[in-house]
Amino acid sequence: MAVIGGSTTGRKARWTFVDIAVVAYALIPVLWTMSLSFKTAEAQTDKNFFPSEWTFDNYKAIFTTDQFVRALVNSIGIALIATLIAVVLGTMAAYAIARLDFPGKQALVGVSLLIAMFPQVSLVSPLFEMERQLGLFDTWPGLILPYITFALPLAIYTLSAFFREIPWELEKAAKMDGATPAQAFRRVIAPLAAPGVFTTAILVFIFCWNDFLFAISLTSTEASRTVPAALAFFTGASQFEAPVGSISAAAVVITIPIIVFVLFFQRRIVAGLTSGAVKG
Amino acid sequence: MAEIILDKVTKRYPDGALAVSEADIQIADGEFIILVGPSGCGKSTMLNMIAGLEDISSGELRIDGQRVNEKAPKDRDIAMVFQSYALYPHMSVRENMAFPLRLAKVDDATVKSKVDEAAKILDLTQHLERKPANLSGGQRQRVAMGRAIVRNPKAFLMDEPLSNLDAKLRVQMRTSVSKLQKQLATTTVYVTHDQTEAMTLGDRVVVLRGGLVQQVGSPQFLYDNPANLFVAGFIGSPAMNFLPGTLENGQLSTGLGTLALSDRVRTLAEEAKAPREVIAGVRPEHFEDAKLMDESAKAGGTTFTATVDVLESMGSDKFAYFTVEGETATSQELAELAADSGSTETGDSGAQLVTRLSAASTAVEGQPADVWFDADKVQLFDPSSGKNLTYAG
Repeated sequence: MAVIGGSTTGRKARWTFVDIAVVAYALIPVLWTMSLSFKTAEAQTDKNFFPSEWTFDNYKAIFTTDQFVRALVNSIGIALIATLIAVVLGTMAAYAIARLDFPGKQALVGVSLLIAMFPQVSLVSPLFEMERQLGLFDTWPGLILPYITFALPLAIYTLSAFFREIPWELEKAAKMDGATPAQAFRRVIAPLAAPGVFTTAILVFIFCWNDFLFAISLTSTEASRTVPAALAFFTGASQFEAPVGSISAAAVVITIPIIVFVLFFQRRIVAGLTSGAVKG
Repeated sequence: MAEIILDKVTKRYPDGALAVSEADIQIADGEFIILVGPSGCGKSTMLNMIAGLEDISSGELRIDGQRVNEKAPKDRDIAMVFQSYALYPHMSVRENMAFPLRLAKVDDATVKSKVDEAAKILDLTQHLERKPANLSGGQRQRVAMGRAIVRNPKAFLMDEPLSNLDAKLRVQMRTSVSKLQKQLATTTVYVTHDQTEAMTLGDRVVVLRGGLVQQVGSPQFLYDNPANLFVAGFIGSPAMNFLPGTLENGQLSTGLGTLALSDRVRTLAEEAKAPREVIAGVRPEHFEDAKLMDESAKAGGTTFTATVDVLESMGSDKFAYFTVEGETATSQELAELAADSGSTETGDSGAQLVTRLSAASTAVEGQPADVWFDADKVQLFDPSSGKNLTYAG
């Protein structure tokens, strides 16, 4: 077998090296954080990669404080609600964009792209003022609304790409079989678009879950503060001690829902679900 | 079961393009009708208008005497088989076939019995629980047919249902589609660009060109009496031979020599006020090897001698190809047909003549042969309008 650029083993070795380098680059900070979370307070600055003495004290500490648990509930609630609304709205909008020719379609797509490009930081001050006037400041809707705004363009773009992949003829066939447009969408198009919907849901959820800017600017109390913002308010055992252990432990904990979310939906993102629909 | 009537049905797109122009077609109850024509002739648009997938710009479409222009596809009670089959990939074969019944809120027991029955007719019983992705092309095609027949619709619409199958399977499926239609006796409108399908399947054939209905009639009638050059060239394989000719005192001069037209042909041509310059059309089977014929049989035609370019022996017949010197027959319709079949690129000088000779012919490739053709079977066309001057309809 002819392989461009040397023998197969040499090629394999080079690629293995590159792969390891990439994975190490990405994972070492994460592993370092994990290592810190398992270290005792005294060992935080010992510069060892592996903790000399393993402890769960940091985890116990964050879960005993109301501050972190409350923030976790806020994070999960806000991210899930925002994801749900953004995906439902995004699905409808993307379907219309992919399938219909309506006046102002280009403008709609353009505006949604504009929103995605708009620097969020420039909106923080006006949003802060507006939300205080409207009484939305430091509430769940006060975070859910901006999250939906910024997640929607993302959702519309990913979903319309998926809808475009679904053969138009399937819908025509459903119509001929006696389906109303709503039935055709629900029974034929939606099941086929499911992988796309789940992919979009993951992306939107991660966006909401990771947000720090809005979370720190539009909240003031535990009523709506999410984990990324709450981390900044962690305090050490004394004022001379940095809460490195607790922050690391909290950082590890908030990574877990993301991993769970991705693994859960990954099984549903089955490639080639539409194969066999047309031709062959 | 239904009668479908197209009354001056026209489709004009918003950009002004005319896809179908004033089509008048009466489709009888239980009839198998074929819409045929080269790509872009408006046949699929016409089918989609009957289906309700495209709006009718003007004219009226009646199913069973009722105007259905404004009815949604689901209220027309028509089933359609798509070129791509359009099977629902997330449903099993059974669910695919049951889908129209489920939408019609038929109870489970009836759904099951109807699907099982359709599966039996189509030989799909052992595949009912499989997904479309795991089926072969022919099986998918049958599932698409099954989905159409389960609910006994008023009519079937088929949009080139066999064009994605390989050649051998296509011939098999063609026969089974024909049998199925006879068995169910449901009005069927079938779109194809393949003239063989058109000839073999339909009770009647509608030939379309550029959105205009050229001719409607039984396959044999269209073959024997094409209304114009386009139909003549489109129907039949190998196609009819066209030669430019001059008509003078009942004598026709072409690249093959001069012949006396039969009285029948001459009368028809005179009635149609044939111009001097005409295009003569002769079907390949109206030629014969002169050596195989006795003198009395030869009386009704003319014999010419030419060198055989290519000889193809099919076993039952021999196809001999000749080059006729001189001008090639030219008309807009012939140019369109040539463009559709892709034969514009062959670059032969002179006109190519295809003849079907008896298998006993002794013609040899590269050698001259004497070939006779039947003067009574010659058709004459007006080069400018394309009209058949010897149309006996």
